[in-house]
Amino acid sequence: MPAKPSWFNLTSLVLGFSFLYLPIVILIVFSFNESRLVTVWAGFSTKWYTALLHNQQLLEAAWVTIKVGAISATLATILGTLAALVLARQGRFLGRTLFSGMIYAPLVMPEVILGLSLLLLFVAIDQNRGVWTIIIAHTTFSMCYVAVVVQSRLSGFDRSLEEAAMDLGCPPVRTFFRITLPQIFPGVAAGWMLAFTLSLDDLVIASFNSGPGSTTLPMKIYSQVRLGVTPEINAICTLLVLLVTLGVIIASILTKRQKLKRIEEERLAAAHL
Amino acid sequence: MARKPLGPIRRTFLPWDDPGEQPFIEFRNITKRFGSFVAVNDLSLKIYEREFHALLGGSGCGKTTLMRLLAGFEQPTSGQIFLEGNDLAGVPPYKRPINMMFQSYALFPHMNVEKNIAFGLEMDGLSGKEIRSRTHEMLSLVKLEGFRKRKPHQLSGGQRQRVALARSLAKRPKVLLLDEPLAALDKKLREETQLELINLQEQLRLTFLIVTHDQEEAMTVADRISVMDKGSILQNATPGEIYEQPNSRFVAEFIGDINVLDGQITRKHREDVQLFSSVLGGHLSVRYPTSADVGDHAALAIRPEKMRISFEKPEDQSTNAIQGEVWDIAYMGDVSIYHIKVAETETLRAIVANTTRLVERPISWDDQVWLSWDSDAGIILTR
Repeated sequence: MPAKPSWFNLTSLVLGFSFLYLPIVILIVFSFNESRLVTVWAGFSTKWYTALLHNQQLLEAAWVTIKVGAISATLATILGTLAALVLARQGRFLGRTLFSGMIYAPLVMPEVILGLSLLLLFVAIDQNRGVWTIIIAHTTFSMCYVAVVVQSRLSGFDRSLEEAAMDLGCPPVRTFFRITLPQIFPGVAAGWMLAFTLSLDDLVIASFNSGPGSTTLPMKIYSQVRLGVTPEINAICTLLVLLVTLGVIIASILTKRQKLKRIEEERLAAAHL
Repeated sequence: MARKPLGPIRRTFLPWDDPGEQPFIEFRNITKRFGSFVAVNDLSLKIYEREFHALLGGSGCGKTTLMRLLAGFEQPTSGQIFLEGNDLAGVPPYKRPINMMFQSYALFPHMNVEKNIAFGLEMDGLSGKEIRSRTHEMLSLVKLEGFRKRKPHQLSGGQRQRVALARSLAKRPKVLLLDEPLAALDKKLREETQLELINLQEQLRLTFLIVTHDQEEAMTVADRISVMDKGSILQNATPGEIYEQPNSRFVAEFIGDINVLDGQITRKHREDVQLFSSVLGGHLSVRYPTSADVGDHAALAIRPEKMRISFEKPEDQSTNAIQGEVWDIAYMGDVSIYHIKVAETETLRAIVANTTRLVERPISWDDQVWLSWDSDAGIILTR
């Protein structure tokens, strides 16, 4: 039976969640403001959302962001999974500790340093900056997140499954796609989602490595805010919040359903024995 | 402890006694090191076609490593492995006509029973029709027709074990490797499955190699047993020979229970040997072929079921008889194990079958009794 919350608990709850969500609530509320002034309420309207559809620059930035996110997340997932496989599988080799330490380093490296060093690299190799340099930069810093997620999934993986597949005549590469990948897929998918969100989120590294025609949404928002916040910004941010919330809800429903299905199947199996 | 018959004794099947017979599998001077640990030490072993061979030993004795070397998951540090006379060096596991049933069963969790069994056939590039008929054949062989669409986690332990068996047999391998196949099953199911394995092996006429730490399992299923310790084979013989003529103290004590009395040989005439035991302070006679000679230190070993207990001293002079006191009785249902204290530092065990319903023990705690055994019941161990 749930206990009646005490006044102290209730106050803590309200304070804590207000601290977290009040700014976002304000952002959303004012995206429906009639007035052009962000802080003065003048009635409900959806006109800023309509205006958004006609703001070519913002839409373009959104498209660049999604493109960069999808491509860099995919590349980071491939590279990160490979790195995780080597670190989890190769056993002890010379410099293994160094390598596993080095893969975690970008997690704690200041973004400014990462962005700057990549910029210096691109300048040194005389690479014109644009969408591809952002993609490479994002791949670099998000692949280590993927490696960490996939590695944790691999640590619980039963190697004898791969041996069984090979024993039954399956060559190693085919074994990876038929047996290993389906088993670690939740980890790989989570890694991709993480990499995609990180890329969507990033302002600092993208600013260092972008060029003409490759402005991402965070960069666009940031530069517009410096000229003054318009309700249009509120509207696009609300859409972003909506997108992220939807993603989280779908992901949790999927995992919950999978868990329920498994419990149900096990119950059925037990009934048949 | 319950005793079982000494395995399937097929008197006509003795290829290892025929010098003209070619081995089906041969390990030749195999050594496998993991770093500084020697898992398999200069080991040679010949296994014949249609033999059911058991590698028996405690954990870390190298039995699993030997099996994995044959499957191709490990490469020998030195030595060669032959299958039908062909060197297997450099042949990857997926190209060896050998299939293995894993201890964990290693069923693919994301595939149903049918897909699991069909996996190996699919790898062979068989037609869909043939895969279906072979899968069906395997399912009926292990009596799981109704479970085709189940996923592994929807099966009981015994059912999983049978799926694993069906999957490893589906490709009709030349050799089937069984890595502790029944370890996860309960005792009753394990005993049933052991008999099923024997039937299956005879029915399919395949060569089976089983790795186990369970001596009763090895005795039940195998034609020959290799008892292993520290990476070497101590004895390779039929279950009957292993039990009745163990070649060393380790083998004798590993298989079943045995009483061992240390002593020195005082007289020897052909197979009739007399041994002086300082613990008992007396002479014991035994009829057993041994290379040990007068003056050598040796041990006399007798299985507890070959001992008799009586209040009166046996009449027969050729029988060994020593006096002792009943120290403890372990009632096992079918038999009782009597611990008889025969000297201050020596307790011997005798097994008595409970042939009648037990109401009152004729021989009980603290009774003074005679422990006797025939001279051809014991064996001489020299190492």
